[in-house]
Amino acid sequence: MTAGLDPLRLTARDARRLLTDGEIAASELVKTYLDQIARVEDRVHAFVLVTADNAAKYATEIDQEAGATRGALAGLPTAIKDNMVTEGVTTTCGSRILGNYQPVYTATAVRRIWGDHIVMLGKSNLDEFAMGSSTENSAFGPTRNPWDLSTVPGGSSGGSAAAVAAGEALWALGSDTGGSIRQPAALCGVVGMKPTYGAVSRYGLIAFASSLDQIGPLTRTVYDCALLLRGITGHDPCDSTSIALPGEIELPAAERLDGLRFGIPTEYVSTGIEPGVLERFEQTVTLIEELGATCVEISLPHTEYALPAYYIIAPAEASANLARFDGVRYGYRSPHAGDLTEMYEATRGEGFGAEVKRRIMIGTYALSSGYYDAYYGQAQKVRTLVRRDFDTAFAQVDLIVSPTSPTVAFGLGSRTDDPLAMYQSDICTIPVNLAGLPAISIPCGLAGHLPVGFQIMGPAYSENLLLAAAHALEGAIGFDALPTFADSSAGARGADRR
Amino acid sequence: MISRDDVAHVARLARLRLEEAEADRVTAELARILEHIDKIGELDLTGVEPTAHVLAVADVLRADKPRPSLSRGDALRNAPAVSADCFRVPRIQS
Amino acid sequence: MSEWEPVIGLEVHVELDTETKMFCGCAVTKGDPPNTHTCPVCLAHPGALPVVNERAVEYAARIALALGCEVRPRSIFHRKNYFYPDLPKAYQISQYDEPLAVGGSFDYWVGDQKLSCRINRVHMEEDAAKLIHAGGETGRIAGSDYSMVDFNRGGTPLIEIVGEPDIPSPEAAREFLQQLRNLIVGLGVSECNMEEGQIRWDANISVRPAGSDRLGTRTELKNMNSFRFLQQALESELPRQVAILEAGGTIDQETLHFDPETGTTTPLRSKEEAHDYRYFPEPDLVPLTADEAWVDKVRQDLPELPAARVERFMSQYGLSRYDATVLGGGSTMARFYEDVVAEGVDAKLAANWTMGEYSAHLNAAGLDPGHGHVTAARLAALLRLVADGEVSGTAAKQVFALMIEERAEPRDVVTRHDLGQVSDTAELEAVVASVIAAHPAQVEQFRAGKEQVAGFFVGQVMRATQGKANPQLVSELVRTALTG
Repeated sequence: MTAGLDPLRLTARDARRLLTDGEIAASELVKTYLDQIARVEDRVHAFVLVTADNAAKYATEIDQEAGATRGALAGLPTAIKDNMVTEGVTTTCGSRILGNYQPVYTATAVRRIWGDHIVMLGKSNLDEFAMGSSTENSAFGPTRNPWDLSTVPGGSSGGSAAAVAAGEALWALGSDTGGSIRQPAALCGVVGMKPTYGAVSRYGLIAFASSLDQIGPLTRTVYDCALLLRGITGHDPCDSTSIALPGEIELPAAERLDGLRFGIPTEYVSTGIEPGVLERFEQTVTLIEELGATCVEISLPHTEYALPAYYIIAPAEASANLARFDGVRYGYRSPHAGDLTEMYEATRGEGFGAEVKRRIMIGTYALSSGYYDAYYGQAQKVRTLVRRDFDTAFAQVDLIVSPTSPTVAFGLGSRTDDPLAMYQSDICTIPVNLAGLPAISIPCGLAGHLPVGFQIMGPAYSENLLLAAAHALEGAIGFDALPTFADSSAGARGADRR
Repeated sequence: MISRDDVAHVARLARLRLEEAEADRVTAELARILEHIDKIGELDLTGVEPTAHVLAVADVLRADKPRPSLSRGDALRNAPAVSADCFRVPRIQS
Repeated sequence: MSEWEPVIGLEVHVELDTETKMFCGCAVTKGDPPNTHTCPVCLAHPGALPVVNERAVEYAARIALALGCEVRPRSIFHRKNYFYPDLPKAYQISQYDEPLAVGGSFDYWVGDQKLSCRINRVHMEEDAAKLIHAGGETGRIAGSDYSMVDFNRGGTPLIEIVGEPDIPSPEAAREFLQQLRNLIVGLGVSECNMEEGQIRWDANISVRPAGSDRLGTRTELKNMNSFRFLQQALESELPRQVAILEAGGTIDQETLHFDPETGTTTPLRSKEEAHDYRYFPEPDLVPLTADEAWVDKVRQDLPELPAARVERFMSQYGLSRYDATVLGGGSTMARFYEDVVAEGVDAKLAANWTMGEYSAHLNAAGLDPGHGHVTAARLAALLRLVADGEVSGTAAKQVFALMIEERAEPRDVVTRHDLGQVSDTAELEAVVASVIAAHPAQVEQFRAGKEQVAGFFVGQVMRATQGKANPQLVSELVRTALTG
């Protein structure tokens, strides 16, 4: 047995090597993470459901498999965001309205990595129906940021990000509609990537906004991110909007950025970015230049309209996607109902949380008679302009960078009374969702005691370029801080951060 | 801006029951959010095509060959109420 | 009514006979136990996604081209949002302002008059599930205690054909639907079985002063599942509107339900508000394109359309328009008729027998053309026996009836029942002689100049020979005997 695996440091790359070299057993590896879960989960609450027994059992089965028959990701302990259906395992989507829903099928992306023999540790917590930027909208209680338990991990994939940061999982799957992988990755000091729209099948991903949603990895390193991305990408005949990427996902090895041109959009760095975040961002830009690349200022002129357009399109699509939760075929059905209409209204009124109801209302309003052109119609045109901005910029530069989130992790409860303030968390991440482009967030340092994320965005299908650049930059940044599981709420928050 | 009546109408369209207090709160919240969203009205978008599909993909079709269906047990597994192997719903008041 | 003209528009829904549903691979079936043909997609489970059925698109295009529509180079799907238990996603995937096809027309006949109805559009959508209402007296929603949903039918491909309000009368509406149905059946895309609801329609009805081109307020009629009911319902609704307008009132735009028992229309208790369907483009599906090459191929593969076939029957077989329409209007009857002719039977003879004895048999037995108990080959064999003089025209009818009963070949029936035509001159002369001898009064009449009395003797000889005598020969022999 090796001298103690450290779940806060172990990478999938190393774990895989240890497994294939026979230095550790899968059951040992999985136990390491289950022990960490036992140690910290009551404080972090990254999971809605921990499937400990199944995980341990499956790991033992893997150990009994001969090496040659093991899957490419055999034994690697994984958390799956609870908005991906998993046959036979209760899936909640962070909501009461799914009741005790037992999926009768499994999401394609999950099925693919199950096929590679990953070990699912459990379903991770999320903002209800992936609507939120802090995981405070979960019907099952918030997740706390392992870097400071009085702060949020970000959202909506907060559970996945926190699990990876806290060493409760080696890596995780999340989903990103307006930044829901990247922003929590930034707030939790881990790597998170949203692929090009269509690169990963949405079949089995409980839909929030169909034209924006994508599944993606949350990992400790960029290499790990590429490894997991490879496992989930690929055309799926069950998803009409899925595509095959033009080439294989390459495992990155680049250490330099020579010859690359990076663009910094003025609109992103002038919109209320916190000083600490801005400072880390600028330092990282300097590093990019040191690695041989050039950085120029660019403009994405319609950026300020991206957020409002998003907050029309996403709720509109969501209002239709969530209409199927009506108490008829599965999930919660209110007992307080006489006739059908009452049943619908009571079920949905009782089953959905406040943020979800707000968004359904906005979305329904934006699509309703007399308002379609001014809202949904207009927003879809803004979307065209946002995409055009990127297309124009990518004629000039290879990659575009920005801070991932305007702030570091904010205090639990500090924005829950102000939906608009909460929505502002996504101003840097939303535009690429509208444009369907890939983007990755990597940790680039701390501001006070909290991590800062650095976002790199690329043209459609540029996953390999993104991963290579992120990998090189990651090496130069050398981020090696670890979460302390401290809770600063004893003292004042915000300005008083150490 | 958005009125209490608008909110009631939209809630009915969306089959969401809102309690009185909730409806008041939601009205205020939606008003603020809509104020922000209304920003896109500043732009002159004549001649701009809407993006309904961000992918440049068309004609994704499936061959007309049957695939296995769920067993009835699986189909009804999660049903809140079942009657004669059907999903049962409360009376549809016409 | 003559100062007023009816303005009728029909919207027709047709379920396609594809093997699988519109957006998933579940089989399209009839009559199977409930909820045995479902999947996460057609049950609208969380995370499920639609994928378009290729054959449904082709069939839809066939209908569109047969109606002279333009298949648009690009079409997309839309979501039509509303809540109802038979709609699992709480939206129907349909088409809205970018449908598959637009702008055609359908020519149809009412008696001798050819009418034309413009077709606004042809588009694709998915059918709802089946709702059964329980606890009430009539199985309808009103008075029911609860309802049950069977999702087997949910997701079946549905084609919507929207006609402009060009239909001028209830009779025309009936003919339009009948002939449209024939067209669609002939395309091989749907059996349009009405009992099973494979073809359904809504009628929009209004009236206006004769000669006006403005449209009045219209009412909508639903829930008619036969052409006859449609005609009856229209015949009830039109005068109702006229009466209101003549009394100075206005028509309420409402949905009506037709009660075939009473033969009247009543307003459905109006729903809370008119539906706001909040249409928006379906983000889970990508656009469909139709380039010229594909459209041309679909057009080339179209089977012969009824209108063209009717013209061909007129010229090829020398039939009247009426006969050509009866025989050529529907593809199954047309096929049967042509199979008979192909066996070497005279076209007119085949026409008489197909429209006569054969159709009577189909009606009596409740069978469809081509599915009777006499095949085209056997009918042809019988008619050849008639043409060769082996069976008389009269006896042939008997033979035909026995062929049905015994499911037998005509020759076997003739032999078994001794129905062969008697053409032995000597034998017949003897019968003629005895008949003449038995009726001296009629002989006198004939000799007195009443030539038509010869027919009486021919009839008597036919009776005496159980109809088996060769009528022409008998006629000759009678004349010879009487004049000799």
